[in-house]
Amino acid sequence: MAVDPLIELRDVNKHYGTLHVLRDINLTVGRGEVVVVIGPSGSGKSTLCRTINRLEPVESGTVLLDGRPLPAEGRALARLRAEVGMVFQSFNLFAHKTVLANVSLAQVKVRKRGKEEADRRSRELLERVGLLAHAEKYPAQLSGGQQQRVAIARALAMDPKALLFDEPTSALDPEMINEVLEVMQQLARDGMTMVVVTHEMGFARSAANRVVFMADGRIVEDRTPEEFFTAPESERAKDFLSKILKH
Amino acid sequence: MDVLIDNLSLYGEGLLGTIELTVYASLLALVLGFVMASFRVAPVGSLRVFGTVWVTVLRNTPLTLLFFAVMLGLPRFGIVLPFQLFAVLALGCYTSAFICEVLRSGINTVPTGQGEAARSLGMTFAQTLGDVVLPQAFRSVIPPVGSTLIALAKNSAIAGSFSVTELLGTYKPLNEMGYSIIWSFVWIAVGYLLVTLSISAVFNVLEKRWGIAR
Repeated sequence: MAVDPLIELRDVNKHYGTLHVLRDINLTVGRGEVVVVIGPSGSGKSTLCRTINRLEPVESGTVLLDGRPLPAEGRALARLRAEVGMVFQSFNLFAHKTVLANVSLAQVKVRKRGKEEADRRSRELLERVGLLAHAEKYPAQLSGGQQQRVAIARALAMDPKALLFDEPTSALDPEMINEVLEVMQQLARDGMTMVVVTHEMGFARSAANRVVFMADGRIVEDRTPEEFFTAPESERAKDFLSKILKH
Repeated sequence: MDVLIDNLSLYGEGLLGTIELTVYASLLALVLGFVMASFRVAPVGSLRVFGTVWVTVLRNTPLTLLFFAVMLGLPRFGIVLPFQLFAVLALGCYTSAFICEVLRSGINTVPTGQGEAARSLGMTFAQTLGDVVLPQAFRSVIPPVGSTLIALAKNSAIAGSFSVTELLGTYKPLNEMGYSIIWSFVWIAVGYLLVTLSISAVFNVLEKRWGIAR
């Protein structure tokens, strides 16, 4: 695949106290690429995802977004963050605002759109994730799967260049996982650049351009899903796959 | 009963003084407390230090000492204001330290994910705090802010010792006129109850209107 890099991590390192969570991470995500990050818990995959929009600052190395290094906390960083949407494991919808207001808030505050224009765009996006009927409800009145689809609409409302998914289906009941994955599949087909941390191997196989396998803070394998799932190279990946694919 | 009816205007003036002190000092305390709480959670280190020093100094100083410092200290630097304004300054600054801590504990009740979601959308620190975190924190701090303002109303009695007209101070002239001390104080207590119960009532309404539905 011709690489037009959108997200680049170069020699990134990070510690939590004595725990070395990210060790010499090098990763390039091209425009339009879908990269799925998998690995055992505690392997650093969520941290990796969160360094891309600097919710987790790194200690050494650089993170480049569209060729520009991420600045320190402040207005410039806020502007760059608006270009990268993020979807969290625990949804994190604004609890005191309606679904519609959740999707519109940052459009008005960050993109400086008028309220009506923002609401119009929000309704389009809610329609797209199948939740227009719930626009006036509060997040607590929705199921987990519905909340996560609102969260995706909220991220899309900023017209981001890339979307980060941090275990988007891990807090969901099994029957709600699919409705979220379908939205994500559609985004992937539409050419959205995505970094997805997940345990959903089916999604990795069908939607990913590349699978990144992490263990103990390192990227152990970085290959196409086909190669990774049929013939993993490392012992660590073989062991991991044998454990999760047995049942 | 006589002591009240005979001296209605004296009591009235005292009560009005206490209400004025309470209202102005409350407003000052709320504004300053809000600013200091923002400082204490700000990403800028020097603001955090300023907020922490503010709270530490004011919260740990006896209020009477603070009154002395303001009333006797500020004029030495050429700042001469009416006594009532000095009293509002002392009371407001003192109480702002408590309000700040109440607001900060409210901010801490809001899950970190709410702030992270706002930041991930490109919202600045001020927008994240103002549009996402504080409106949610506000709901859980209504009862303790009410308690703090009630404490402020009662603390305003100290101003009476510094020539400010307020409710407690009315006992001196009444005593000199030979009225029963007990009954003078009973009516003073009723006056304070009037003020504090009004504050309670306001905050009950706020809680019903804005509190978290469980």
